[in-house]
Amino acid sequence: MADVTFTVDGKKLTAPAGTLLIEACRAAGIAIPQFCYYPGLSLQAACRMCLVRQEKVPKLQTACTTQVAEGQVFVTDSPEITQARKATIELLLGNHPLDCPVCDAGGECELQDMTFKYGAGESLYTEAKQHRDEQQWSPVVFFDRPRCILCYRCVRMCGEGMDVWALGVQNRGVSSVIAPNKEDHLDCEECGMCIDACPVGALTSGTYRYKTRPWEMNHVATVCTHCGDGCKTTLGVRSVDSGAEIVRGDNRDKSGMNGDFLCIKGRYAFDFANHKDRLTKPLLRGTDGKFQEVSWEKALEHTGKNLQAIRDHKGGSSIGVIGSNRTTNEENYLLQKFARSVLGTNNIDHHRTADYVSFVRALQGHTDRAASLRDAESAPAILLLGNDPTEQHPLLAWKVRTNVRLNKAKLFVVNHNNIKLVRQARATLAISQDSYAGAIRFLGGDDSALPASAEAKQFREAVRAEKNLLIVFGSEYRGEGITALVEFGLGLPNAKFACLGDYANSRGAADMGLFPDLLPGYVPVGAANPFAEEYGDLLPRVPGKDLVKMFDAAGRGDLAALYVVGANPFARYGVEREALTNTFVVVQDMFLTETALAADVVLPAANLYEKAGTVTNTYGDQQLVKKAADLAGVRSDFELIVRIAAKMGADPKKLVPFGQGVHADMGQSRGAQSGEADRHAVWLSANNLEPKLSPFDPFAILDEIARLVPGYDPPRFNLMAGNDVHVHPSLVQITPNRPRRDMVLPSDDTLFTSGTLGRYSKMLHSVLESREARTSDAAAD
Amino acid sequence: MSTEMKSIFSPELAARFDRLVTLYPLRRSALIPMLLYAQDEIGYLSDEVIAEIAARIQITELDVRNVISYYSLLHTKPHGKYHVQVCTNISCMLRGGNELFEHCKSRLGIGNKQTTPDGQFSLEEVECIGACSWAPAVQVNYDFHENLTPESMDKVLDAYRTK
Amino acid sequence: MAQLVSHPDEVKLISSRFGKGATSIETYLSLDGYTSARKAIELGAEGIIAEMKTSNLRGRGGAGFPTGMKWSFVPKQSDRPKYVLVNGDESEPGTCKDRLIFEYDPHSVIEGVIIAGLAIGAKMGFIYLRGEYRYLLKIMERALDEAYAKGFLGKNIFGSTLEFNIVSHTGAGAYEVGEESALMESLEGKRGVPRIRPPFPAVVGLYGGPTIINNAETIATVPHIFRIGGAEYAKIGTERNGGTRLFCLSGDVSRPGVYELPMGYNLKKMIYEVGGGIPDGRQLKAVVPGGSSTPVLLPSEIDIGMDFDQVGKAGSMLGSGGVVVLDDTVCMVEFALRTMKFYQHESCGWCIPCREGTDWLKKTLTRFHAGGGVEKDIDNIRYLAENMMGRTFCPLGDAAAMPTIGFVKKFRKEFEDHLNGKPCPYANLEQETLVGAS
Ligand SMILES: Cc1cc2nc3c(=O)[nH]c(=O)nc-3n(C[C@H](O)[C@H](O)[C@H](O)COP(=O)(O)O)c2cc1C
Ligand code: SF4
Ligand code: FES
Repeated sequence: MADVTFTVDGKKLTAPAGTLLIEACRAAGIAIPQFCYYPGLSLQAACRMCLVRQEKVPKLQTACTTQVAEGQVFVTDSPEITQARKATIELLLGNHPLDCPVCDAGGECELQDMTFKYGAGESLYTEAKQHRDEQQWSPVVFFDRPRCILCYRCVRMCGEGMDVWALGVQNRGVSSVIAPNKEDHLDCEECGMCIDACPVGALTSGTYRYKTRPWEMNHVATVCTHCGDGCKTTLGVRSVDSGAEIVRGDNRDKSGMNGDFLCIKGRYAFDFANHKDRLTKPLLRGTDGKFQEVSWEKALEHTGKNLQAIRDHKGGSSIGVIGSNRTTNEENYLLQKFARSVLGTNNIDHHRTADYVSFVRALQGHTDRAASLRDAESAPAILLLGNDPTEQHPLLAWKVRTNVRLNKAKLFVVNHNNIKLVRQARATLAISQDSYAGAIRFLGGDDSALPASAEAKQFREAVRAEKNLLIVFGSEYRGEGITALVEFGLGLPNAKFACLGDYANSRGAADMGLFPDLLPGYVPVGAANPFAEEYGDLLPRVPGKDLVKMFDAAGRGDLAALYVVGANPFARYGVEREALTNTFVVVQDMFLTETALAADVVLPAANLYEKAGTVTNTYGDQQLVKKAADLAGVRSDFELIVRIAAKMGADPKKLVPFGQGVHADMGQSRGAQSGEADRHAVWLSANNLEPKLSPFDPFAILDEIARLVPGYDPPRFNLMAGNDVHVHPSLVQITPNRPRRDMVLPSDDTLFTSGTLGRYSKMLHSVLESREARTSDAAAD
Repeated sequence: MSTEMKSIFSPELAARFDRLVTLYPLRRSALIPMLLYAQDEIGYLSDEVIAEIAARIQITELDVRNVISYYSLLHTKPHGKYHVQVCTNISCMLRGGNELFEHCKSRLGIGNKQTTPDGQFSLEEVECIGACSWAPAVQVNYDFHENLTPESMDKVLDAYRTK
Repeated sequence: MAQLVSHPDEVKLISSRFGKGATSIETYLSLDGYTSARKAIELGAEGIIAEMKTSNLRGRGGAGFPTGMKWSFVPKQSDRPKYVLVNGDESEPGTCKDRLIFEYDPHSVIEGVIIAGLAIGAKMGFIYLRGEYRYLLKIMERALDEAYAKGFLGKNIFGSTLEFNIVSHTGAGAYEVGEESALMESLEGKRGVPRIRPPFPAVVGLYGGPTIINNAETIATVPHIFRIGGAEYAKIGTERNGGTRLFCLSGDVSRPGVYELPMGYNLKKMIYEVGGGIPDGRQLKAVVPGGSSTPVLLPSEIDIGMDFDQVGKAGSMLGSGGVVVLDDTVCMVEFALRTMKFYQHESCGWCIPCREGTDWLKKTLTRFHAGGGVEKDIDNIRYLAENMMGRTFCPLGDAAAMPTIGFVKKFRKEFEDHLNGKPCPYANLEQETLVGAS
């Protein structure tokens, strides 16, 4: 659209023709009040707060629906307009309960702010107000009708935004009311987006309501620990005797890749952190075979000495290490460095949920074709192969829907299920579960690869005609499958790729080399590499055992020690406890998981919300993790690794290059770690001037990662300022197409599950239970 | 669609619905007439009615309820066999509409939006029904009765009672 | 069966076939029915619109927008189908004219729709009847079947190459649905919430296609214009207000009824001569000239011609032609309350000023009429009404506010009489006369 020039309050403004006046004004710093207007959702012109005067137009106009055109003249601020807005507020307050003192939204309420601004303080209203009881619509959604101002944001957010359509408007006139789809309750995805969109306290969150007030919390913007999309979530924490407890997760900070969006897990499933079964004392298995609580000193001493002895007598190759896909990049890097340079083993692995190795290998020389999640919101066309983003990548699904709705992006779906996103699809290619490879061959032009119906052929033509296609694929594709897929895609002009893995840092675990055969940055062990000089002589040159081989070895009595950090392989891989009778097992975790139960030493660990660092989502977007919560007794995996190494007699300074930087700045310099974005500290760490006084400071190792890990040197300032930066595994040195086991085991999580950790979320439980309850009585009658 | 679906409506009505949805450029346009006809046959818009109509129009039941609750003639609870709707809007009010309404209350022994125990009559005060020049006026179900006095109103009620 | 009346001053066009059995197509034809449609086919789109403009016909739904001009706004080219929509929602209190047309002359509506369709190049028309008019739906459906049987509707209408179809449709009780954009929503099977404009229906209307929406009386008038000629028709009325319209006399008059009178007919004459004056020797207190939405006129203000411009000059509106007469026994506070009760009940609830304003005003007026008022209420009522004016999503808010402001302005004394715990001082007087009336 060509730019037009128009006048607002005497100022000449320019904007593309057709821009909504309310947006044009915001861009120019002219604030126009609004209740019903919500960017990206359909227009309502219902609240009448945005009324402005347009020259030569008899009635006041709504800025939220007025499109700017050349030469228009507007007044947005005058006694007439102020009075109009004041009156509207007065009318609203007439029937409003004015229970701000107990309202969850108090302090975060747009109605409160407006009342303050337009001073509709004294009420002309003398009629009795009708009270109505608050209703619970679902485990997480409560509705307080008298507070509702009928802006219809929730209705649109649920319908247009989420494509769930679980909210409606019923009755008319003053009896109008927001209604849930099952008369007295909701049957929906429980995303809580309606609550976030609600400008007042009409919709409130089951996990937060009446707990505290906004100003009593410390708000920390960090990254969700659940799926591989990496939404930014703002955690509201308040101090309790045991440290700092998370009381709320929401979206105050809309600066993340997820913008407005959070799914049920990002918004509510932080509660595992407050679970009563959290371990806060180290456990040591006594001679009687029972766990006893011991001091940190004792536990670490015992661990260090045993590992040292085993290494020295049986060799590093008799030790196995299993890492996590929810720990930070720094922790993962440190863990493999510890394994390789201190334990002297390449027996290191993690639960792999996607074959990033084959992906990175296939993309060699084309790293500019690796997509960021942000591409999903702007790509003119998207080809989705496999996966069900609505369940497994909610943010991706949101971005795709939004892109289709607002930019008319074309979505092409290839799937063996009728996934929900098919509703947004321009075309769909339904295939059988075992023909994903065939689908690629078919798209490549091989008619024998699939039943080549006319529709299928049209689908193929449409896809191949796309100029800037974004190709997103699930774990249905591995190894050769990925090679073929990328090959096909590289044939299309500027096609970009995204590989879907399941957890908050699955990608980071792979990038940081939690592999028996690959160092960080997918550098093969054995190949000439920069790590050799740095890691010292212990670094083994031959690939180690993968996760399954480790357990086989343990079964044969060939694995003397196993160090498990934030993982539960027992549950995942159904490992028998007996298999580890002759193995010294150390487990770092939040809970006594199946794996922890088999351990000799259990070390209570902090979770992602209780530490600082960075994580990388499945698209390669690296983000800063900030410490929000704190639980007395637990320690970060980073710290524990360093301490164990120290107990083994290793030099912490070799492991973590700390103690550099400008000591004069000690004061503020904890900022970046402790969460409140201390600008000065950000600047310091961005320029690496921040003194790393402690070996437990994860940022002390950032430089080494940047130096050694190909593609992991993002614009540091951006990263530290809390923005997502796209990493490019650019210098990947993998020798092409050496066959290897991908070992991928998809987690098959849904919107309402999240691996072992999800089992400790009361809220996810209650949601699952209420859904099961409903389906069962549905079945009953 | 009713062909493969077993309908709770009479064959005639079901057939009418099948045709109705084809009359308009959009299926959904048939919704409001359908609801009225269904209400006339079944007596009120029961959950079953809502479910079948939602299926016929291919929209959600929530959507159907949103619409029902907007229109004053549509009701999800049964009325009396004869629904007496007394207009008390300005033109009728000027000619005794209020008194007529009071009279009906005492005559039927029920209040506004109530139904007689025998289920014969229900009473409702309504807005202008388009009989202003023949006020005061009353609608019993869909039939107009105009230029009424308390006396003539009694005759009307008796006529229905003995119908 | 709605009663018919007549008066020598009437000029019968629209009502010319009332009571003559014109519901049957044969009778309609014998009373030169469907001749205009044939003429219109000859004339073609341009010709039709030109004739409509000459006729000076202005919309009978309330706004009084020149019909010919409205039709000319429809773009010639359109990739979406165009539609004609007849507004038969007739719900404005005091208005009961469209009902007569559907009941006594349904074919005139059909013929009007066909001509409108020819004018804009539409192939389909809808006739929307308010839900309460169910008995008229049957009449309408029968008339349509007859027209189809005669080949006046369907393919090759009147032997031409043109196709035209009409569907009659029923609402389910909602005044707001009479507002043209809400009407379209309702016809699309949705809640009767108005649409954001622009775009206007003439450009983006029903199902996204260009649409003209006209009141039933407007449409029923069209065939008569082509029967007698636009210029002839224009002569009947006053300047810029062509022809006749159906006036619905109601309230405290001796001979209430629907009379077809020339535009510009004197209001005082209408009440005292056509309507036979105020019964039982009571005095005239006020007149609501064009349906409940129009500001009240005092006896001193009614010596005016009933056309859009003159009534406008007098500070009110011609509106929908519903002339409601109030005698000196009427309590204006109660009348204002009843009026507001209606708008509170009919507000769609979409926007804040209308939804909250009508409810607040209703509550205040209720308390006030019952004797619970205080001085400040009177100004408050006016303040609220004035702050609804011009700020709501659709004109319903204005329709509720305008008369209210009028009542307070012109009858402030009566409001004051209600103050300080006094219940309505007019009530008992009212009771007496009502007993007398019954
Ligand atoms: C609240 C409201 C109710 C209305 N009700 C009716 C109605 O019942 N019938 C009608 O013809 N027009 C009604 N109108 C006017 C219509 O919006 C529209 O102007 C009219 O149908 C156009 O037809 P006309 O140009 O022939 O008058 C109403 C307008 C408003 C704002
Ligand atoms: S509940 Fe909140 S979001 Fe929904 S309409 Fe009411 S105020 Fe708006
Ligand atoms: S923001 Fe424009 S009307 Fe609500």
